[in-house]
Amino acid sequence: MADSTPTPIVRVHGLVSRFGSQVVHDGLDLEVRPNEIFGVVGGSGSGKSVLLRTILGLRRPQGGTVELYGRDIQRLSRPERLNLVQSCGVTFQNGALISSLNIAQNIQLPLREYHPMPEEALDDLAQLNLRLVGLPPDTAAKYPAQLSGGMTKRAALARALSLEPKLLLLDEPTSGLDPISAAAFDELLLYLHAELKLTVVMITHDLDSLFRTCNRVGVIVEGRMITDTLAGMLQNTHPWIHDYFHGPRAHAAEHAAAKGAHA
Amino acid sequence: MNALTLQQDGEGWRLCLNGDWSLASIRQIDRELEALPGSMLGTLICDWSRAEHPGIGPVWLLLARLSALGAGESSSAGLRVRHEGGPPPTIDLLRNLKFYRPAAHPAPATTMPAIESAIGELGRWAVQEGAEAGAAVGFFGRIAAVLGEIFSRPRALRIPSLARHIFDTGVTAIPIVALIAFLISVVVAYLGAQQLRKFGADIFVVDLVTIGVLREMGVLLTAIIVAGRSGSAFAAEIGVMQLNDEVDALRAMGFNPMELLVVPRVLALVIALPLLTVIADAMGLAGGALLSLLELHIPPAQFTVRLHEALAPTTFWAGLVKAPVFAVLIGMVGTYRGMQVRESSRELGRLTTVAVVQSIFMVILADALFAVLFEKLDF
Repeated sequence: MADSTPTPIVRVHGLVSRFGSQVVHDGLDLEVRPNEIFGVVGGSGSGKSVLLRTILGLRRPQGGTVELYGRDIQRLSRPERLNLVQSCGVTFQNGALISSLNIAQNIQLPLREYHPMPEEALDDLAQLNLRLVGLPPDTAAKYPAQLSGGMTKRAALARALSLEPKLLLLDEPTSGLDPISAAAFDELLLYLHAELKLTVVMITHDLDSLFRTCNRVGVIVEGRMITDTLAGMLQNTHPWIHDYFHGPRAHAAEHAAAKGAHA
Repeated sequence: MNALTLQQDGEGWRLCLNGDWSLASIRQIDRELEALPGSMLGTLICDWSRAEHPGIGPVWLLLARLSALGAGESSSAGLRVRHEGGPPPTIDLLRNLKFYRPAAHPAPATTMPAIESAIGELGRWAVQEGAEAGAAVGFFGRIAAVLGEIFSRPRALRIPSLARHIFDTGVTAIPIVALIAFLISVVVAYLGAQQLRKFGADIFVVDLVTIGVLREMGVLLTAIIVAGRSGSAFAAEIGVMQLNDEVDALRAMGFNPMELLVVPRVLALVIALPLLTVIADAMGLAGGALLSLLELHIPPAQFTVRLHEALAPTTFWAGLVKAPVFAVLIGMVGTYRGMQVRESSRELGRLTTVAVVQSIFMVILADALFAVLFEKLDF
């Protein structure tokens, strides 16, 4: 499959992002192929979240192009953009649930807008999405402020899944989850990925999650992205990448992943 | 094309699922699902061979509907369901999730007799307002406690913060306060001139403008503008800090939010508002003088002479003394409402509005009390 190079779902070419005189991305290239789970890692402040926001078109880059499904997102008409938005599910780092709506209403918000349907069906779908992310049914009536950090992340994922997107962009989805929930989240992600043919771009610092779920990994160093398989990354000699994948935490995660694979 | 076609098939039923079964068709699918007959028994075969792009939402609704119709997979179920023709792979996932429909939306509470519910409402309101009043007094007390602490621990007075707020609430408000004071006093002088001219009492326009501006309008206008500008800013700033847990973070680091957030703002207003009032007074008199010159041909020199005759020594102070009181009211209401913000952005909006409305109301109420007080004191 890698030989036939299918059209990438996400293609970023020569991305330049600057904040004042601070250069975050300096000619960053990225290709995410259909049906892969792509992990993005990088040091704090290396512009992972900025990359995500740029891919979503929330931020206009200082240079370079971003293509989703082979289309330049800067040159889309409004209806085309709306279509594109509906095929991307996003979770932000801190959940970004609308605080004046309860969880069911948060999940239903895009459904209500794009697929009007009776209230009962909306409630059923809200329950479906809550179930998918492993939240108890009574979460529906709660407000974001009443949820714990981990539940907020799951609720945000439920909202991201509500339009049944083909591409999922996740900003640190497992940070702040207890290890059991994080592992469950990994399994859920793998399952959804396999069954729904989802393509996932995931920013994560969770090495366990990275080893368990990701097919390929992109590392942002010095404003550029180095992309490789996990196995390739482990051989990489770049000092930062070496430290990242060979630190004490990485070894533990690696062993755990290897055990899981053999079991 | 129908999304569903139901046929009797020997002993059981055959449900063909046709056409687009993605989320985009969910409305039609839901409607047809609701129309399925409730009396099916035996085996139900779901034929997926002609369904395209089945989405998890529509499949979920199908499973939900079937389970509501008493379908099960065990042989004891009245309606046994089998999926054929390449069912979507997600169906196993969805079956494992177990359908759950929450209890119907709670019925509206049984209506109480109008009088009883009105009394109950009044009682709740009274209790709530009482608690609120108590909390407001407590808030005032905590401000006073910090002010007291400043004497024993001068660091409790946060000079940089105080300076910033004097700049934000005072210096940046100068243009708008000056302009509005000028324009309003022109309007008042103009109205006065039209009326007084009928009696040949033109010169009393000077009395009207100077006494009106110095005693009431200068300080009142300034306070209302500042309430709109800074009262809302205080509530919004502190409110957002509450939403971001910044206030709790300060507490956790051992700071007193009253000392860091509230007192500098209130003190800044106490300093800035009287100064703004002086500027408003000056601009108001200038506006009066200008109009007197243009409309009544009273030269500035004569205006000044008349001004001194009209004013009692206390007139200027009768206005200015109110400024710090208004400042405390505005600052307290704004910061208090900001500290009350919890949980949602809607609260932030509501409490910011409350802060502005309430501080303007308090200012006008206080002004009325001052009017009565000064009258009794012959000030």
